[in-house]
Amino acid sequence: MIEVEGLHVRFDDVHAVNNVSFAVPRGSGFGIVGESGSGKSTVLRAFSGLNPDWTGTMRLDGAKLGRQREKQFFRRVQMVFQDPYGSLHPRQTVDRALSEPLLVHGIGDVEARILRALAEVALPPSVRFRYPHQLSGGQRQRVAIARALMAEPEVLLLDEPTSALDVSVQAEVLNLLADLQQRRGLTYLMVSHNLAVVAHLCPMIGVMLGGEMVEQLSADDLRHNRIAHAHTAALRALSTELEEP
Amino acid sequence: MSPVLVDIANLSIAFPTQQGLSLAVREVSLTLGVEKLGIVGESGSGKSLTARSILRLLPSNALVTADRMEFAGIDVLRAREAELRAIRGRRAGLILQDPKYALNPVMTAGEQISEAWRAHRKGTRRQARAAALDLLAQVQIRDPERVARSYPHELSGGMGQRVMIAMMLAPDPELLIADEPTSALDATVQAEILRLLEALVSRRGMGLILISHDLPLVAHFCDRVVVMYAGRIVEELGAADLSHARHPYTRGLIDCLPTLTHPKSRLPVMVRDPAWLA
Ligand SMILES: Nc1ncnc2c1ncn2[C@@H]1O[C@H](COP(=O)(O)OP(=O)(O)OP(=O)(O)O)[C@@H](O)[C@H]1O
Ligand SMILES: Nc1ncnc2c1ncn2[C@@H]1O[C@H](COP(=O)(O)OP(=O)(O)OP(=O)(O)O)[C@@H](O)[C@H]1O
Ligand SMILES: [Mg+2]
Ligand SMILES: [Mg+2]
Repeated sequence: MIEVEGLHVRFDDVHAVNNVSFAVPRGSGFGIVGESGSGKSTVLRAFSGLNPDWTGTMRLDGAKLGRQREKQFFRRVQMVFQDPYGSLHPRQTVDRALSEPLLVHGIGDVEARILRALAEVALPPSVRFRYPHQLSGGQRQRVAIARALMAEPEVLLLDEPTSALDVSVQAEVLNLLADLQQRRGLTYLMVSHNLAVVAHLCPMIGVMLGGEMVEQLSADDLRHNRIAHAHTAALRALSTELEEP
Repeated sequence: MSPVLVDIANLSIAFPTQQGLSLAVREVSLTLGVEKLGIVGESGSGKSLTARSILRLLPSNALVTADRMEFAGIDVLRAREAELRAIRGRRAGLILQDPKYALNPVMTAGEQISEAWRAHRKGTRRQARAAALDLLAQVQIRDPERVARSYPHELSGGMGQRVMIAMMLAPDPELLIADEPTSALDATVQAEILRLLEALVSRRGMGLILISHDLPLVAHFCDRVVVMYAGRIVEELGAADLSHARHPYTRGLIDCLPTLTHPKSRLPVMVRDPAWLA
């Protein structure tokens, strides 16, 4: 579903993404972990078309992506950001936020779709006319996910979708993402600094360091410490150290 | 015995609402010396309000009562505003939850750290610049020169968070309140930052309050942990006693975490018992 080959992204004086390649089959998930500043978000932003300064080849469902993304692309691919405050407009009600993608893509049946979307992310219908500041952080992130799902995309790009959430809400959001994948066959490309979160949702994981993807391994290999690169080993050691009481 | 930096007895914080007073913090008592205290609890449980009350940095509509509320012997509730200004950012620093709101978007990272340093150390511009670069290196920024001349939007999420930590460490405070300071950082950088804070506690004799959702992290790093639920402290634990936590809410905070070594196909979610509010 997603193919990235030899991707490079440069800013003035940084080579933020250096020759990164990976592929994600339809209905599966690929997680990107690695050092802060290693280029994880930049990979997602390049794929989503937010950053036009890249070289290499990227394909969606076999079709090559150009510099500009067409409207049809955003119907198929949606992005959820780390910060639910930033991704929702403060003066738009939940209702507005959810109906907007339908208007943009000329999708009808608005009323029923909004109610279904709220139910799907386990939000009560009563939040429909609230503003973002009248919701808790976890509710806001669920609205952001519901919004991304409105146009029935096939691919979700997730940038740290749970790091602003407390652990009980994080569990709810991760269960929701797993359910949605089962129900709708969604493909996920997910960035997180938390190995356990990534391994929970993604069967394959890429590890980044200084702009390069230094290792790709399965979640199972990560769990069982079948690791090739020292950076992966360091990340795993620190995460599991905290798991031991 | 280490000096008492913070002494709070019976603190309550309420907000007026249409339905009457809503209590956000209820009868909280805490003391802090030169040590690392963790505060954990879910979103909305009152962690940030409790910590911010020490510097009287609360929303203007907050109603605060306490039998005692002292920072380094100063009565915070009765102190004049000028007296508090001399404490904030100098003797006591606060690392805020969200770096995006706390950094100035039109100033470079380096300028912001230099300014924080100069405000309290009275050095030259050049000294301040050198200090800023040194602080950036201390918070594990790989390329301090470049990051110093970057604007906040040119930095990754975790870089912004570390710029803020550097700003708060610049004045060399006696007390540091860190509200979710490492939530956007990968495990290796997080470990380095915590090591840096640890060194400041032991070398400089700083007191540290670390607020987080991540109970295993906090328990690993801090000397003591208090667990808050609905405005109250429901449990206090020595760092080593996490596995003996008794309150079902504390157990719940541990059980909902996904782990690498014990994977589950579905994560348990918290089921709240109304009796916890009693
Ligand atoms: N608009 C920009 N202008 C200049 N440099 C940028 C810009 N955006 C990102 N960078 C740089 O590119 C590098 C990679 O950033 P990116 O945001 O992809 O990191 P990341 O792996 O997502 O890190 P984190 O885990 O901290 O979010 C960083 O060095 C950053 O400073
Ligand atoms: N200005 C305000 N007016 C009314 N209620 C407020 C105000 N500020 C905070 N509260 C309420 O006080 C309670 C405690 O807030 P606090 O910010 O201390 O929570 P927290 O434990 O830090 O949560 P989080 O983990 O989400 O940061 C919340 O229920 C919040 O809605
Ligand atoms: Mg990022
Ligand atoms: Mg808070």
